[in-house]
Amino acid sequence: MTDHKPECPIGGCEPPATIGGTRREFLGAATAAMATALTGCGTLSKEEFLQHNFRELSKQEVLDVIARLEKEYQAKYGKEVKVANTPPIPGVIFGYALDLSRCIGCRRCVHACVKENNQSRDPEIQWIRVLQMDKEEGVNVQHADAYYNPKEVPEEGHFYMPVQCQQCKKPPCTKVCPVGATWRDKDGIVVVDYNWCIGCRYCMAACPYGARHFNWGEPHLPADEVNPKTHYLGNRPRPKGVVEKCTFCIQRTRNGQYPACVEICPTGSRKFGNLLDKDSEIRYVLENKRVFKFKEDLNTQPNFFYFYGV
Amino acid sequence: MFTLRNFSGFFSDTLRLMTKGGRLYYAWVGFLLLLIAIGAGAYIGQLKDGLIVTKMRDQVSWGFYIGNFTFLVGVAAAAIMLVIPAYIYDWEPIKEITILGEMLAISALVMCLGFVMVDIGRPDRFWHIIPLVGRLNWPQSMLAWDVIVLNLYLLLNWFVVTYLLFCAYTERHYVKKLVLPLVLLSIPMAVSIHTVTAYLYNGLAARPFWNSAILAPRFLASAFCSGPAILLILLQVLRKTTKLTIKDEAIFKVAELMAYTMGFNLFLTAAEAFKELYSGTEHMVYFQYLLFGLKGHTTLVPYAWASILCGLVAFILFLVPRTRTNWVTLNIGCVLIYASVYIEKGMGLIIPGLTPDVLGDIYVYRPSFTEIAVAAGIFAIGFLVFTLMLKAAVPMMLGEFTITKGRTPVEAPPQEI
Repeated sequence: MTDHKPECPIGGCEPPATIGGTRREFLGAATAAMATALTGCGTLSKEEFLQHNFRELSKQEVLDVIARLEKEYQAKYGKEVKVANTPPIPGVIFGYALDLSRCIGCRRCVHACVKENNQSRDPEIQWIRVLQMDKEEGVNVQHADAYYNPKEVPEEGHFYMPVQCQQCKKPPCTKVCPVGATWRDKDGIVVVDYNWCIGCRYCMAACPYGARHFNWGEPHLPADEVNPKTHYLGNRPRPKGVVEKCTFCIQRTRNGQYPACVEICPTGSRKFGNLLDKDSEIRYVLENKRVFKFKEDLNTQPNFFYFYGV
Repeated sequence: MFTLRNFSGFFSDTLRLMTKGGRLYYAWVGFLLLLIAIGAGAYIGQLKDGLIVTKMRDQVSWGFYIGNFTFLVGVAAAAIMLVIPAYIYDWEPIKEITILGEMLAISALVMCLGFVMVDIGRPDRFWHIIPLVGRLNWPQSMLAWDVIVLNLYLLLNWFVVTYLLFCAYTERHYVKKLVLPLVLLSIPMAVSIHTVTAYLYNGLAARPFWNSAILAPRFLASAFCSGPAILLILLQVLRKTTKLTIKDEAIFKVAELMAYTMGFNLFLTAAEAFKELYSGTEHMVYFQYLLFGLKGHTTLVPYAWASILCGLVAFILFLVPRTRTNWVTLNIGCVLIYASVYIEKGMGLIIPGLTPDVLGDIYVYRPSFTEIAVAAGIFAIGFLVFTLMLKAAVPMMLGEFTITKGRTPVEAPPQEI
């Protein structure tokens, strides 16, 4: 991290010694200059432009990338932002269960998620969509309302179903990505390399849960609202033109903490834990409650379960 | 050696032919350049502010750009429509116009790639998709397949067109052993580009509107209507404006073939609509949104019915021999079928596929000014490519302009013996 070279605009400096290989070298300054023009700004560094897919980086390259990002964030937000690279914990596959009989639709999870995960505030991106359902219709998205806004929840005749990334075992989104910018990690979390995504939005078309969100404009995140504890594959501030999604708060859960939405939920509707640990709360739910998977007919095999606890 | 020198002569002569023309030619090229400039201006704005300047949002994450892309893949594939009868049945009158079909395919592909390029959020990361240099997720991603087949098809058509013209330029007969296999190869390639593009949507279980087994056949059927429709009009224009002789017979034969594909296209569309509407499952909502509107949102309804009506009328005009061989009704039919497929394979495919979204939300999408301006610019690029190619190709095809003819003797490069 210490031998990081200072930032320089494309075309005006030596190629970086740290990030670069034979395959990348061929992309000359001309291409880089064109790329700068294509981003519509002059701030794209050569290192950033030539950075390879996260899964192909060496340990040292990862450290260099992280150092560069931390420096960028420091300059942009005027405070120290840590970018972690915590790997999956061996023997852990995360599972999530949501109690539909307890959820009152207060949307505290939605906003806690935005705060924790450094989503753009303007235009506002939310990773959790809470659907207000008709009790008489059951779980039916054609009778769902995501824009309910009464003075008080829950409303008569309705129940609430929060939907976020279901962390599928067979994710359709990773399958379709043309450049392998998104994948399912060993602990079952589906992640995105924001520095590799080309923004084609094929994954958004493929996801049956509306879990993927695009940075249509430049994401605006006020400096005082930045959560400085971030993860490369999770809540670090995102650039314009890439897709992002829920990562079960990878920056927290890989360090033994609960996701922000679990912690904030006032009704205890949200359960989270290690599916491989027999004594975990998630295993208790699976054993003692009757669960269902959302859109199970699509065979996406979510590690996110819904249940009726009461 | 001679070939190389001849090729550089061919190249510079091609450029010279492209840059010299009459007043009408300059006006047309100027008009296209103006449109390109407008499109470029709009695109620069999009690069600066992001895709937020479009009306696409998370619910409807693909729109006008990808709709046009899909339609144009069909146009590119339709070159095959002329190649099949020409080479399989050895039917001479069409053979001469195959090269025009191939040039149309090249122009359409240029537009296709343009529409993909303006749709992606990070065009600066374009290199990520280049095999070996980047990381192409092949064979898993259908988009990776599409990148490969579209570029191969572009390369193939470009090579055949260049080779045929180069032969004409050097006053040699083309080597049939080389051209025939390539032209025959272009038939399955044309089918494959449109099939892969259909699979791109088809493979998404999350989108029931696209997740239908007859989507690829429907794509092919409609492409074989719209592609030749453009070509038929072009052929008539060329007959009038150049010395190119295109027999009536050829045009009417293509029109007859179009009548069959149109009938098939209508049949497939009806089969799809029947299955959805009669079984009446929850998957019907997308068809409902397209044909009748949903929860008061009826944006697509007039377009959908206009498309169906245009398709039906065009089918009748092409089916009846008397209207098929009448220039007025034939051209009306061409315009109608073009309009019908443009709606059906463009917005009529993309938007109801995404509306309502996977969680039942209805976001009403209409393209923004930026999207329309950028699209106009890309169409202008395609037309410009086609115009420039034609400008150079026609005199060469006619034998008016070769290595020895068509200029003052001083200018003529040394002749190969």
